[in-house]
Amino acid sequence: MKALRAYLRSPAGIIGAVLLIAVIAAALSADALFPRDPLALAGRPLQWPGANPRLPLGTDNLGRDIAGFLFHGARVSLLIGLVASVVAVGIGVLVGAVAGFYGGWVDDLLMRITEAFQTVPNFILLLVLVAVFGSELSVITIAIGLVGWTAPCRLVRAEFLSLRNREFVLAARGLGMRDMPLILGEVLPNALPPVIVYASVVMAIAILLESALAFLGLSDPNIASWGNMIGAGRSVLRTEWYVSAIPGAAILVTVLAFSLVGQGLNDALNPRMQVL
Amino acid sequence: MMRLAALALRRLAQSLPVLAVILVGLFLLLQLAPGDTVDALMAQMGGGSAEDAARLREQYGLDAGVAVQLGRYLLRLASFDLGQSAIYGKPVASVIGERLAVTALFMSCALAFAFAAGLVLGVLAARRVNGWPDTLISTLGLVFYAIPSFWLGLMLIVLFSVKLAWLPPGGFETIGAGLTGLARVADIATHLVLPVVSLALIFLAIYLRLMRASMLEVMSLDFVRTARAKGLPEGKVLRRHVLRNALLPMVTFVGLQFSTMLGGSVVIESVFSLPGLGRLAFESVVQRDLNTLLGIVLVSALLVILVNFVVDLLYARLDPRIGA
Repeated sequence: MKALRAYLRSPAGIIGAVLLIAVIAAALSADALFPRDPLALAGRPLQWPGANPRLPLGTDNLGRDIAGFLFHGARVSLLIGLVASVVAVGIGVLVGAVAGFYGGWVDDLLMRITEAFQTVPNFILLLVLVAVFGSELSVITIAIGLVGWTAPCRLVRAEFLSLRNREFVLAARGLGMRDMPLILGEVLPNALPPVIVYASVVMAIAILLESALAFLGLSDPNIASWGNMIGAGRSVLRTEWYVSAIPGAAILVTVLAFSLVGQGLNDALNPRMQVL
Repeated sequence: MMRLAALALRRLAQSLPVLAVILVGLFLLLQLAPGDTVDALMAQMGGGSAEDAARLREQYGLDAGVAVQLGRYLLRLASFDLGQSAIYGKPVASVIGERLAVTALFMSCALAFAFAAGLVLGVLAARRVNGWPDTLISTLGLVFYAIPSFWLGLMLIVLFSVKLAWLPPGGFETIGAGLTGLARVADIATHLVLPVVSLALIFLAIYLRLMRASMLEVMSLDFVRTARAKGLPEGKVLRRHVLRNALLPMVTFVGLQFSTMLGGSVVIESVFSLPGLGRLAFESVVQRDLNTLLGIVLVSALLVILVNFVVDLLYARLDPRIGA
């Protein structure tokens, strides 16, 4: 309750929550409001927004209903963002916890691997993964998670390093607690708040990465991804620029929502930490 | 000087195991790929017999075991041989070399722009903290952070190339214009404005938030109060005392963010058809040219290591407490 009140004191947090709820509502209502397949032909191609009352945001160059595509796209973006962040944060917590808790050569080895992942530009690594494993939705989602785990990993490791020699950990160890319950039950809960805040940033980055991939035509072509429509709109950019403009605005709003929620969470959970 | 040299050596030694992890990891990853260069070539030729495929595999050394291929690859790398690009029919090193200059120029411009603009905006915001310039700049920073760079690129093309016709919509320079000297520099500069802005905006947002936070932190320290108390004018306090110390986290961040920026160039170079490394990466994925892709990963990793190396030395110079 206290955390919620603190969250609601932050204007960024309130705006972010409102935007996020709007995006989630769009995703949930997609099937009810636009029961047709968003990838199917809905009418004559390239009708401007407002020209046809049945298609409020017009159609793209493939004749798809842009409004329906936006609503179904919200579902895809949220799904990919959520699953990819779970993968990224999951790997990050696991590797960071082990490295920070054990230290020594385990830490050295894991940190070299983390640095290797940080050294290769994440989008180029994503391209390699797509080239190797193909571009189905599940593959793309996991690949995005795989390129994004290093920052949460470093956060968790730093927390573990500072926590592992605290009295309560030493006491639990002295009582004969084994490593696994000690890590999961004692240290991890204390290390989590900054990771939760950072998860919203991971989510925003995941959505941006997927849209960039879809824009290049390297994502799953069978899903209604916003980046996909921006890419399709490129060929008619000179005249019908709205085809690219509208889905891009949707990405902007969604990513902004996650950043603002992250800032609100940060203000509420650890007011002294700076989120980047 | 000794301190810097020792630091430099230690940094270089630290980057070697990282490089090794990258090479082995990527090689093993690519072994998992369904289909290889020969499959892609055969598909391009419109199919062929199994004997042809076997002959080609032998020619490209793809018939050996995984460990042997890895050993060969590492040996060749030791002599700076990145292999043959199957699609371009040239050594990978020369394909990459042709593209490197464009990317290097593009990256430096984007980095310089993001750094300079982020610095200025961050200082302005911190000077009037919680005033309207601060609110405006911080809000802009949040919005900039959320804009997908490729979309921004397209919208800038619509506005500045299509509607206003001020700037070219793509390419690195006007082809066939035969420009030399300053005229060519100006030509390239006009081509780079839109891509640089598109790529740099998100980093500008990060730098400005960082700079603002870092200025505020330094301004609350005792030595700043001392400087003010001894009667220094505010501008001088900011320039001489606050700015220099507040710059340190910014410099670290340039190193940390460089790899992300290089990744972002893939999309932006594709949007603006810049003949750089990023676009080459995209092309080699589409064409399944694995040798080239591996080469790009290696070269970009080396670039990232190099930039971080320079940043570390710069940092040690700025702050004498860092080092051996």
